[in-house]
Amino acid sequence: MAAPRTSPTPAPAPATTGTGAGAGTTRRAVVVGGNRIPFARAGGPYAHSSNQDMLTAALEGLVARFGLAGERIGEVAAGAVLKHSRDFNLTRESVLGSALSPETPAYDVQMACATGMETVLGLSNKIRLGQIDSAVAGGVDSTSDAPIAVSEPLRRVLLDLSRAKTPQQRLKAVSRLRPAHLAPSAPTTGEPRTGLSMGEHQALTTAAWGITREAQDELAVASHHRLAAAYERGFFDDLMTPYRRLTRDANLRADTSVEKLAGLKPVFGKSLDAPATMTAGNSTPLSDGASTVLLASDEWAAERGLPVLATIVDAEPGAVDFVHGRDGLLMAGAHAVPRLLARNGLTLQDFDLYEIHEAFAGTVLCNLAAWEDEDFCRERLGLDKALGSVDRSRLNVTGSSLAAGHPFAATGGRIVATLAKLLAEKGPGSRGLISVCAAGGQAITMIMEAA
Amino acid sequence: MTDTYLNLVNTGFTKKLAKQLGLPRPAVLRRHRPGAPLVPGPVVVLDDAASEKDADTVAQQLLDWDLDVRRHAGPEERFGAAVVVLTEVASPEDLSAPVLALGPVLKRLAPGGRVVVVSRPAAGATSPAAAAARQGIDGVVRSLAKELRGGATGNGIVLADGVAPSAPSAVGALRFLLSGRSAFVDGQLVEVDSDAGELPTDWERPLDGRVAVVTGAARGIGAAIARTLAGQGATVVAVDVPAAGDALAKVANEVHGTALQLDITATDAAERLLQHVRSRHGRLDVVVHNAGITRDKLLANMTPEKWDPVVGVNVMAPLRITDALLVSEALGEAPRVVCLASTSGIAGNRGQTNYAASKGGVIGMVQASAPALAAAGGTINAVAPGFIETDMTARIPFATREVARRFNSLQQGGQPVDVAETIAFLASPQAGGINGRTLRVCGQNMVGR
Repeated sequence: MAAPRTSPTPAPAPATTGTGAGAGTTRRAVVVGGNRIPFARAGGPYAHSSNQDMLTAALEGLVARFGLAGERIGEVAAGAVLKHSRDFNLTRESVLGSALSPETPAYDVQMACATGMETVLGLSNKIRLGQIDSAVAGGVDSTSDAPIAVSEPLRRVLLDLSRAKTPQQRLKAVSRLRPAHLAPSAPTTGEPRTGLSMGEHQALTTAAWGITREAQDELAVASHHRLAAAYERGFFDDLMTPYRRLTRDANLRADTSVEKLAGLKPVFGKSLDAPATMTAGNSTPLSDGASTVLLASDEWAAERGLPVLATIVDAEPGAVDFVHGRDGLLMAGAHAVPRLLARNGLTLQDFDLYEIHEAFAGTVLCNLAAWEDEDFCRERLGLDKALGSVDRSRLNVTGSSLAAGHPFAATGGRIVATLAKLLAEKGPGSRGLISVCAAGGQAITMIMEAA
Repeated sequence: MTDTYLNLVNTGFTKKLAKQLGLPRPAVLRRHRPGAPLVPGPVVVLDDAASEKDADTVAQQLLDWDLDVRRHAGPEERFGAAVVVLTEVASPEDLSAPVLALGPVLKRLAPGGRVVVVSRPAAGATSPAAAAARQGIDGVVRSLAKELRGGATGNGIVLADGVAPSAPSAVGALRFLLSGRSAFVDGQLVEVDSDAGELPTDWERPLDGRVAVVTGAARGIGAAIARTLAGQGATVVAVDVPAAGDALAKVANEVHGTALQLDITATDAAERLLQHVRSRHGRLDVVVHNAGITRDKLLANMTPEKWDPVVGVNVMAPLRITDALLVSEALGEAPRVVCLASTSGIAGNRGQTNYAASKGGVIGMVQASAPALAAAGGTINAVAPGFIETDMTARIPFATREVARRFNSLQQGGQPVDVAETIAFLASPQAGGINGRTLRVCGQNMVGR
């Protein structure tokens, strides 16, 4: 398994058994496995780790797990939401710093919190088309090592200064400088078009759907308890590689309870008419971390004796008009899922497992409420009746972002690798649904099946 | 970790000073470097009259390796090694001529030189006089090793009766002991039990095509084992606890192997290990049970928390995994199991009743498992490291560490690679005739045998 390999020419595409529409003419793209580093809270043990450090670490663990040192992978795609301008080639630089063959091409993707999902989607399609045989999808984010930019006026002065040719021009540029310009400008989670933070946006939606504080706290507690149980049974032993002495997600509180969470003060929606229900306990914390997923064709995996956990069956992106308040910021999944179901001839109840990204407990509960709502499904989704309810015992069964944390671009890789392993455990024929919401009113939804 | 004293007495002004003050000056050991000669000079092959035929066989083997071989020590020469063949001695009187002929050679042994004595086990002797002669050789080897200087070592090869000096393991052991790979093996007798084994086509890569599992591979001796086995051609599956996964990944990637995060004491450990090697490689040829822990405590203060994990990791896990492998049919045609024992398991060590129980246990385990492995076409052996420069020994208090480090014939601690090289030898195809044995890598530590 040592020598660098060149990928074989794609074999004639076998017909897939997947339910994805239009999949009859392409081959399967499978999830071989994944690797992530434990997620840390902002300012924690990864405070001085860059996106490139963390993505490289996640990649190194993946390479080691699957014995890919020196191999040329078809393509690697990853990205970060909070990104320094110098990191224009973040993924390629991480590949060059890894044990993969330096002949492995890589590109960056950025689609807010759906970045990781989009890398899986794009790369799995390339595999299905036979353009590549193997791929690594991933994402990374550091809210600790966030880029800090100079203010807009200072930036203009500095650029003019660099273009100035004469002393007079230089003097003229510098003379425009004011002390206030020196204040740095840090990134925020505010939506550029509304000025509202993501939490405030979700608070509007949570209130609109009448989601209670108790329901949100219960979901959060379940997330922590399920993630803790997954660790206890060694579920993450082959999904994670420790980093900087962290061996588990730092945000995990195995001993939390509804009582404990009930004591927290609300942080979002305090200016609304409805009671504020969103606390630090039922919202995801700012986090640092990275994740990767190894995707391949069946042939590529078989040649190397690698496991095949699940198939990427189909995916559907979505976006909503949150700017004018027609939908909540994080409700795009509610719209994308019915389209995905229709294309695949499935109902919402046809799944063994559901992974709905817990940006906030309220996000998950609002999406579920929307699918259960007769009026919403008829009027907004154009369906005959409500999509119906999701069996909560099948939802986020090993916890999700509320417990694990949510390094924005890393969440997609975490969810895809986790679901792939869960499906493999459930056995052939089992099916899972993913929905990951993102800033800008977007989402990516996906169907996976046990391979 | 670095041995500052060793560096000082071997470099610059401090070297001169140490010489003038008559301070002990541990030598920089001759270790294997690719392309370096097998021995640092001509080899003289000595024998007692009765063993001349075997000595000729050995000499011919050395010639086949393109060495400069002499059958008598000339007056002015400097020697890279002396091989003394005493396979047919019948009485202690027979030792006189060859051993006395060896004496002057020792004075002219090059730094990093080697003395290898080939003999037969006393247990197989047909007369008390022959047994006395054979056992006497044991004493000669251990004594002369203590007299050697300049990083030279003295070791023996004990060939079971009926095993020719041309047997694969006799040849393999000879080459190993002459080479830089045995730098920290000193005063030891390697017992060759049978004609089993096979000479490699490439002595630099005897493990080509073999699949090897190394437990505890994230750091220290385990990481060195992974590197050494991979360097000799093996495909390495590096195993360590999930918490050590990041260091493990680095080692696995460095050796182009795979990392398996696994607690070897888990009930399904063997099953998961087997699943990994079966799916990735189809089979398993070499298992190195290296993972080990210490929880030192005087027995008077010992607790189950300090006793049980040590026994669990160091000996129970190797026992269980080896059993599972033997019934799995996943083993290759000539499997090799190598375990890590310790000089503490041989000589005992204050505060280490738990560790000594586990490491003594390993020695018993390999002896008792030898027939089962032989039946599977393979071998099981142990390596007992003495003081090795690792993170573990770096935690020993300074004064204790300095004493422990110098308390051997080479007056220094060994490097992890020294242990790894011995393990690689026992894992090699040429070591197939060595089974159930424990080989010390201790620079001839003054304690124990």
